[in-house]
Amino acid sequence: MVNVAVVPVSPAGVWRRLLRRKLALFGFAIIFMVVGGAIFAPWLVRYSPNDQLFNGLTLQGAPMPPGADFLMGTDLLGRDLFSRILYGARTSLIIGVVANGVALIIGTLIGLTAGFLRGWIGSVLMRFTDLMMAFPALLLAICLAAIFQPSLWIVAMVIASVNWVQTARVVYTETTSLSEREFIAAERTLGASQSRILFRHILPHLVPTLIVWGTLGISVTVLLEATLSFLGVGVQPPTPSWGNIIFENQTYFQAAPWLVFIPGAAILLLALAFNLVGDALRDVLDPTQRGYD
Amino acid sequence: MAGYLLRRFFQAVLILLGVSFITFVLLYVLPADPVRQIAGRAATAQTVENIREQLGLDQPFLVQYGRYLAGLIQGDMGRSYLQKTEVAALIASRLPATLLLMAGGIVCELLIGLTFGVIAAIYRGRPLDQGLMVTSFIAVSAPQFVVGLLLLYVFAVQLGWFPIGGYGTFAHLVLPAVTLGIMGSGWYSRMMRSSMIEVLRQDYIRTARAKGLTRARILSRHALPNAILPIIAMIGIDIGIFMGGLVVVESVFGWPGIGQLAWQAIQRVDIPIIMGVTMVSATAIVLGNLLADVITPFIDPRIKMR
Repeated sequence: MVNVAVVPVSPAGVWRRLLRRKLALFGFAIIFMVVGGAIFAPWLVRYSPNDQLFNGLTLQGAPMPPGADFLMGTDLLGRDLFSRILYGARTSLIIGVVANGVALIIGTLIGLTAGFLRGWIGSVLMRFTDLMMAFPALLLAICLAAIFQPSLWIVAMVIASVNWVQTARVVYTETTSLSEREFIAAERTLGASQSRILFRHILPHLVPTLIVWGTLGISVTVLLEATLSFLGVGVQPPTPSWGNIIFENQTYFQAAPWLVFIPGAAILLLALAFNLVGDALRDVLDPTQRGYD
Repeated sequence: MAGYLLRRFFQAVLILLGVSFITFVLLYVLPADPVRQIAGRAATAQTVENIREQLGLDQPFLVQYGRYLAGLIQGDMGRSYLQKTEVAALIASRLPATLLLMAGGIVCELLIGLTFGVIAAIYRGRPLDQGLMVTSFIAVSAPQFVVGLLLLYVFAVQLGWFPIGGYGTFAHLVLPAVTLGIMGSGWYSRMMRSSMIEVLRQDYIRTARAKGLTRARILSRHALPNAILPIIAMIGIDIGIFMGGLVVVESVFGWPGIGQLAWQAIQRVDIPIIMGVTMVSATAIVLGNLLADVITPFIDPRIKMR
């Protein structure tokens, strides 16, 4: 059976075209560095992230600026910032991957079900999606995070519960348009079961979209976690997160700007990296977008 | 037309009803007890019960929700638990500051975004275009609180050009408005670029060129007006994205708007205020989307209303 409508994209071909793009390469390099830093943190740092070092503050009790002893300086409590940044990368990555993964699964399930079944179930699901679109997402996330005592996993679930909406809408649109294509109609006339059509024909066609949205979504998630932690309702100290490092030190930022701008740059770079890779993936996986860049 | 508007309006009301219900449920199951907060630690069980009764919090859930809705229809959002003021009055007193900030944010994002987008489209594929597109990626990846603190540090603390925070004069508005607008400017420059490139390869542009019009005239009279049309509708949708950013930007700059009001209310479990701000935000989002859909066919007759 030949699927005329399918654009053949082999994983190897995708990789080759991706790696030809400088910006995507830059993105991969940053992701690689952050992941490496997070995994090998214990071997890379001289001090533990939560140790209040006796030589970590000046005689006046001020934090140390970046220097030979402390690569990125120390924070208000005399803890090594470099160590907190590396361990904070774990928080960002765990939340980025888990929260975004859960959001992607919820969004796909809702969008797929609504787009494939249509009828009243479909319209109830999509009205619910519309409703969630009307929620001020950050406000909702702040409320939820403040209601529950925020732990790492609860913050991840809070973010997932507000972030699935976009995915659901995109998957819904794609599923409805796929269901109307000839090859699906042909499958139906050949007597294929609903589940065969869904899992063998519709879902594989959604994979490129899901890869692109999954990658771009990590960037959104990383930013949302940082924002919640910055407001003090995200990941709670002493567990380091790039957002809560800024939260803890922002009152002192005029005197010790590195305490705000180093973690700030880390958040920006990680979000940027996933945006660059996601955008390159969209160009490579979706031929209709080509010619615009 | 009238039927379409009516249907959209009806949908909007239903969505708001849903938002109010979900928020009410969320706040109802809240583990933190607002009555304890009001009564203080030393209060006797009797006082606590009295307050609970007074606020109607001893009633079953549906009765409480019904009462709230009945009030909401008449424009009554209840009273703040802690400040004893009417929520509607509190929000009304904060709204002008927030609207001003949002207007400033929209002006900034359009100014930066559209300019960058047009320039990128004109220099498509060249280093300037690539540079601008990388900039747009940085803009959408930068957390607003970091942008805000960076602007504060450079332009207020180091250079002393703007005040460090607060509200009142035009100088107070600049940094918060830029902070709010930067993320959007990244999206706008990308959209404007695609839109402009799409327009520039249309036949009528080729005709204009063949007529011997100058490049500047083609761009300003033929390309730009057509390329901007699909972008205008996005402003409505933007309002929703702004509502979230307000909490952050207002807290960084000490801007006395509804974002701060909501943030303080969340910390103090002042449920009527949280409820009120959520409803006002949701209304703004729904209206923004509605406006975007309704306006588009007017400014661009090629798009038909469904």
